Amino acid sequence: MSQSHRLINEGLINRNKEIVFKFNGKKYIGYEGDTLASALLANGVHLVGRSFKYHRPRGFFGAGVDEPNAKLQIKLNNHSEPNVNATEIELVEGIEATSQNCWPSVEFDIGAINNFLNKFFPAGFYYKTFMWPKSFWYKVYEPFIRKAAGLGIASLKKDKERYEHKYEYCDLLVTGSGPAGLSSAYSAAKNGAKVILAEDKPRFGGSLLTDDVTIDNLSGKAWADKIITELKEMPNVIVKNRSQVFGYYDHNMMVMFERTGDHLKNKPKYTPRQRLWYIRAKEVLLSTGSIERPIVFGNNDTPGVFLSAAAKEYIKVYGVLVGKKPLIFTNNDSAYETALEFKKQGVEPVILDTREEQSSELIDNVKNQNIEIKFSYAVIAANGYKKVKSAQIGKLNKDKTGFENNEIIECDCICVSGFWTPTVHLASQSGNKLKFNDQIDAFVPDKSKQNETSIGASKGTFNLKETLEEGFKTGFEVSKNITNNNNSISIPNSNEAKKISHDKFWCSPLPKGKNFKRFVDFQNDVAVSDIEVALREGYRSIEHVKRYTTLGMATDQGRTSNLNGLQLVADVEKKIVPQVGHTTFRPPFTPITIGTIVGREVDMEYMPIRKTPMHTWHKKNNAVFVDAGAWKRPRYYKQGNETLFEAAKREAKNVRDHVGICDVTTLGKIDIKGPDAAEFLNRVYTNAWLKLPVGKARYGVMLREDGIVMDDGTTTRISENHYHMTTTTAQAANVLSHLEYYLQIVWPELNVNVISTTEQWAGAALAGPKSRDVLAKLFPNLDVSNEALPFMGYVEGDLFGLKARIFRISFSGELAYEINIASDYGLFMWEKIMEAGKEFNIQPYGTEALSTLRIEMGHVAGPELDGRTIPYDVSLEGLVSKKKDFIGKRSLQKEAFNKDGRQKIVGLVPLDKKSSIPEGSHLVVDKNAKLPNPKLGHVSSSCWSVENNNPFSLAIVKDGKNMIGKKLFAVSPLKNTAIEVEIISSHYVDHEGKRVRS
Amino acid sequence: MLNIKCPYCGDRSQKEFAYGGDGTIIRPELNKDISDEKWDEFVYLRKSPRGKHIELWHHIAGCRQWFKVQRDTVTHEIFKTAKMNEEIK
Repeated sequence: MSQSHRLINEGLINRNKEIVFKFNGKKYIGYEGDTLASALLANGVHLVGRSFKYHRPRGFFGAGVDEPNAKLQIKLNNHSEPNVNATEIELVEGIEATSQNCWPSVEFDIGAINNFLNKFFPAGFYYKTFMWPKSFWYKVYEPFIRKAAGLGIASLKKDKERYEHKYEYCDLLVTGSGPAGLSSAYSAAKNGAKVILAEDKPRFGGSLLTDDVTIDNLSGKAWADKIITELKEMPNVIVKNRSQVFGYYDHNMMVMFERTGDHLKNKPKYTPRQRLWYIRAKEVLLSTGSIERPIVFGNNDTPGVFLSAAAKEYIKVYGVLVGKKPLIFTNNDSAYETALEFKKQGVEPVILDTREEQSSELIDNVKNQNIEIKFSYAVIAANGYKKVKSAQIGKLNKDKTGFENNEIIECDCICVSGFWTPTVHLASQSGNKLKFNDQIDAFVPDKSKQNETSIGASKGTFNLKETLEEGFKTGFEVSKNITNNNNSISIPNSNEAKKISHDKFWCSPLPKGKNFKRFVDFQNDVAVSDIEVALREGYRSIEHVKRYTTLGMATDQGRTSNLNGLQLVADVEKKIVPQVGHTTFRPPFTPITIGTIVGREVDMEYMPIRKTPMHTWHKKNNAVFVDAGAWKRPRYYKQGNETLFEAAKREAKNVRDHVGICDVTTLGKIDIKGPDAAEFLNRVYTNAWLKLPVGKARYGVMLREDGIVMDDGTTTRISENHYHMTTTTAQAANVLSHLEYYLQIVWPELNVNVISTTEQWAGAALAGPKSRDVLAKLFPNLDVSNEALPFMGYVEGDLFGLKARIFRISFSGELAYEINIASDYGLFMWEKIMEAGKEFNIQPYGTEALSTLRIEMGHVAGPELDGRTIPYDVSLEGLVSKKKDFIGKRSLQKEAFNKDGRQKIVGLVPLDKKSSIPEGSHLVVDKNAKLPNPKLGHVSSSCWSVENNNPFSLAIVKDGKNMIGKKLFAVSPLKNTAIEVEIISSHYVDHEGKRVRS
Repeated sequence: MLNIKCPYCGDRSQKEFAYGGDGTIIRPELNKDISDEKWDEFVYLRKSPRGKHIELWHHIAGCRQWFKVQRDTVTHEIFKTAKMNEEIK
């Protein structure tokens, strides 16, 4: 098959390995080592997409990260990814690429009518047009804009690829492997530093791959290969290609994106597709190089217009001609190198140079090769719709504000060079305030805020000899400070053609009566006229101009458009660029996939899962689990076709009638030891703790300093100076931090140690009138009578040779015990309890029944202790000591906390005794009142009372104390319910607490 | 992500720590009378300085010690870290 634009000998591709791929449904052939862009260009394909706003035909413009146009939808290995840069993706067998932003096809795109309506799409079009009527926004405007705009289509399928994260630490991170990066990495590595060298492209060498230079009497590429080979062999160096350092964060945290799998045809199973590196570097050397900037001219977005360095790269790296009749348009010497490369391939370019006739090594060389140069010339406009066919050119007048003539010159591509822009993104991200260098008309790094140094072209050093000097010197000096070694290497000699200064010409004027679109930002379709409109309409700050016109806001971050945009603003405003300033550079430097950000944290690894030792038993017995933080807790044990509601009722009823068992391993457990432990608890809890005897448990409430209830739980005195504290499942971690805070910071004089033992103990709650019978059977040698083990008592028992802790505490309000055993024996204990309980009708119960039991008993939990309630609000004021001080006590004196009519917990029953009240319902006097309906309180917890066989809820309501007997409405706009309720006591079962003491 | 030097464990990434607020706040002594204003100031009022700030961090995924960090709230530069019983001047 023909690769009409492929050269026979030139390039670094592997001609022995043909690769078949598809573009817009058509088959093409390229070679291993191609990018998608170079392979398409080799086949003479230029038209790759349609522009964002006007749907104008667009072709390739750059050869790497500089590419603004060629964003394709890529299908590979069953996944589809939008907005992939064709100039960066390596060609692999089976790639299917399609153009974006066009319908029905890139050749014939209906949206292109926008191009003819462009008068109606000025800057700020969206802001101006879609403002009113307001009601149109969601139904009409937004769907329309979404359909018309946007680039590719995100896949709705699950991404089956593997992504990874990696952490690395180094002395020196070098970002970019051009001459500056190679020399600095090499000299630092030779001086003993731990170095990471990162290169975005598959091939190392940067500009050395394309420039006609020698170092150490080797060609640029040969020297790069030699250095890389040596670096790879050094144990203190990590060399990474296909790796883009895209973010510079605090304390020299660099984030790098490595394409580990996209270039492999048969990727091994455990090789990730992409890898995200977090690199903490002591020093960062930014050798990110520079990007050529275009000169703006009429219809400069026509396919066939290239950056001149990109044209050179296509020849030198890929052996591809971007055109066979090139027109080169430049304001500086570097495009002459491109001309020479064309000439070497037998192609005759014509050069237009905006400068007046002059002489330099390169210019003379070109002249000697009989290449035609037209000085003081510029391109007025490109001709051609889907491809450059010719160009209108003209001789510039003296002050370069107009043309003396208008000629047509035949050409099939225009290679443009408007000089070089240092890639300062990472430096700027690091906090470096940039400064303007008017020698090169671009911003360069100024003073460092973090440990970073820019070297080479990224700081505006465009000369090889100086770049190497900087690289070797900086690599040595920076590493010396870290390693204290002193091995410096001599700087190799080098040779390149000398260049003379560029012309500050960046935009071709419009000839009289002509109205060509001259694009500044290709990706977002921002033309010179758009920026002029924004300025005319009064936008002054460059940040505002950017947002109003969307200049530089596309995925290419304005890499080729920023400076020209700033120039334009400066010219209109009669300022200079540094007065205009620049917009903010933010990470990521290039777009990265969501998959890489997520890494391995998907599916099972989305978050850590905590399972209790009894988990397998629950699973075997049809438990339906619920997440409690990271824990999996049985919500209910499903029997047959039971619903959640039915199961919870059954399980709760069985506790009230017989005996139930619940896995309470997840409760937070904190071991507290030390001679001052009692004093400490006395300060932490609101109630008194100094006199708790050994072998007794006590319920305690702890506050925050602002008087709000933080958590509750029981704490047991195991021995003289040893306590076992329990917390709620949700607050376990916070309570531990809270205790540590007071012990380490506020009262360091207290001799107390705390440590979490949540994972060390498995716990089972045994609840119900028959629980003592089960316990007696389990511990035949233990006296478990009410006298020997009363309510709030604690004993240690022997469970088949294992030490068990038995607490007589109750959350359900029934006679109940909690048995703890070393975690490894949790399942054993559980099975023994089930065995012993069989004759007493024991059944496991889940969190739903657990809630039912505690709600109808009026015990508060998370929904009541919601970070807004003080002890009074949840009827725990009886536990607040008047005698001693404790954390948060002073706040309880606050006026609002003591006002008449303060909110308080109450119980609710629906008048019809049938309707369940949705949690979160608001309590109001009149369900039909005008909105906003004054709210008296809210429903915090709801259940079906198994004791009374009707719904029951807890609510926190204004003046709850005096509301008993009143009737209100519980309204829930979300569930569309309004239920008439009666307010009753929050204790719906066993008011006197007889059962727990029985 | 900040790099924080725990006075007990050495340099660690921010991921291992929890922020604990202003490190210069002293809790009023227990069992002593205190005016509403002073108590209010202790519970609620915090300065939000631009620049150097002494703050508390808790090495929750490490040694579980609370300690002091002197950090620039604008640049995030960390000047010093210290144990609770050490002064930062």
